Amino acid sequence: MNKVIEGLAYVLGNDIDTDQIIPAEHLVYSLSDSEERKNYGKFALTGVPADQAGLPNGDISFTENGEYESKYSIIVGGKNFGCGSSREHAPACMEIAGVRAVIAESYARIFYRNSVDGGFFIPFECATSLIAEIKTGDDLIIDLAASTFTNRTSKTTYELKSLGEVIEIIEAGNIFEYARKTGMIPSA
Amino acid sequence: MGMTITEKILAAHAGKETVKPGDNIWVDTDVLMTHDVCGPGTFAIFKKQFGENAKVWDRDKVVIIPDHFIFTKDTHANRNIDILRQFVKEQSLPHYFDVGTDNYKGVCHLALAQEGFNRPGEVLFGTDSHTSTSGAFGMFSTGIGNTDAAFILGTGKLWVKVPESMCFEFTGTFPEHVMAKDVILNVIGDIGVDGATYRAMEWQGDAIMKLSMEERMTLCNMAIEAGGKNGIIEADDVTTDYVRQRTDAPYKIYKSDADAQYFFKKTYNANEMEPIVAKPHSPDNKAKVSDCLDVKLDRAYIGSCTGGKLTDFMAAARLLKGKKVKIDTFIVPATREVEQDLHREKLGGETLVDIFKNAGAYLGDPSCAACLGGPKDTFGRAKDNQVVISTTNRNFPGRMGSKQSHVYLASPYTAAASALTGHITNPAEYINN
Repeated sequence: MNKVIEGLAYVLGNDIDTDQIIPAEHLVYSLSDSEERKNYGKFALTGVPADQAGLPNGDISFTENGEYESKYSIIVGGKNFGCGSSREHAPACMEIAGVRAVIAESYARIFYRNSVDGGFFIPFECATSLIAEIKTGDDLIIDLAASTFTNRTSKTTYELKSLGEVIEIIEAGNIFEYARKTGMIPSA
Repeated sequence: MGMTITEKILAAHAGKETVKPGDNIWVDTDVLMTHDVCGPGTFAIFKKQFGENAKVWDRDKVVIIPDHFIFTKDTHANRNIDILRQFVKEQSLPHYFDVGTDNYKGVCHLALAQEGFNRPGEVLFGTDSHTSTSGAFGMFSTGIGNTDAAFILGTGKLWVKVPESMCFEFTGTFPEHVMAKDVILNVIGDIGVDGATYRAMEWQGDAIMKLSMEERMTLCNMAIEAGGKNGIIEADDVTTDYVRQRTDAPYKIYKSDADAQYFFKKTYNANEMEPIVAKPHSPDNKAKVSDCLDVKLDRAYIGSCTGGKLTDFMAAARLLKGKKVKIDTFIVPATREVEQDLHREKLGGETLVDIFKNAGAYLGDPSCAACLGGPKDTFGRAKDNQVVISTTNRNFPGRMGSKQSHVYLASPYTAAASALTGHITNPAEYINN
């Protein structure tokens, strides 16, 4: 596990649901085919209403038209991030687009669980309401050992909540590696 | 200290005498359900992790119900059905309900009930957030992602954090024009879309126990819209009558102890409930129907796991019989069984199908259809800036297919009453006259 994660922030609001993260019409692509799965990067976050896309001003596309990867690799959200469907395509599309971490006030449980068990990225929680503090395009660096992150644009550091008991799954990589480490399933 | 029904079922499936909220436990799975949207991804992960030739842990416990993108020309969607077929063949799975055959069912959550896979006391995981529906049978059921489903396919187990329970008690009798959909929209409005996050939503009270299984399913179905891990109602004679008509498999009835601990408990007077809508764009944006009468509509949609059961269409037919709809009205039975019932069941000598056709409504094939938008050619998919009243479960931006559309969630009674007038209408006007 990397000790630091750095990248540009893409800021979203409260209650970002999985239909906004990946609209259902796109759930037809293969997640295992190396070419076909790129479509998920292209359509990641395309369901977010324009005025909410890339706060505070909105109207910022997450991926440039026709591109498969985003220049933003850290998503900043509010409360109840990832609510709605159990579609694992939601964290998957974000990872395919290049997301390495999400920092939100709170998560919907299936999205959180999918992010951790599938090993797509680390879902960090922060007690501070970040939507008003961070602007899309700000340069962030997350320090895992210190459990903090710094907005290098505004030169402000914030505490992250402890990852708690799921740290073992995150450190192992995903639920399968965790189960192998603990002897629950045989090592490959 | 006593335990809730959710705690007892989870403890029994973890081989423990007791569990308490916050415990992380490994539980044994009785049923794993998947469908066309998440099955292909689940199978790919299963093969990658357990080997190309690995076999599922228990063929009899895997249930595959294609239902999401069925009646479409979308080549990727149709390819995904082929992937299901291939996996079923490789694994010789007995419980598969194939598209284009007499065995096709439709929406998985109702099909699970109708085919006898919902049994009191069991643990059911499904790759769909509305898997919470099955909790209506006094069982633990919740939605999971592809990775967790693949893990279960290989091991039969999954780790679960024991949830705290919230108790919603309704005493008395619901007014005739109030449906379970009004009740759950009311509760979600009270606690918010994250009001039950990580928690069990347990329903109690004489008003709840007077409800049919289909109405109980509506309550548990939308637990996820409050962030809930599961919805649950203790099994009684209504439950066992339904189950015994569908399966001979054994089941076990668990009940919450009198001294069980609840994170939250609220008692409502059922007699005071009113028809409710959730306004755009969130299921907790609650309003009384009587406060929304000036909202003009472009279409009505009656269908989905939430609002496409026989009870829902009986309600709609009661209002639409002998009348004409003023706006485009879409009728989508959740399953083939419901569709057959629409041809069989009569009100005043007229079948429900004839009532709907004579009212000018459009009838679609059983599937999830436009509840979640779907491919461009999906029946009933919202267009442009249409204002839709719908018996479905989510009104997130774009959920029904158009980011510019506005969706009001409502009961089948309210949707039907509104279809007749073209604006949001209180069904009490029709039912009490």
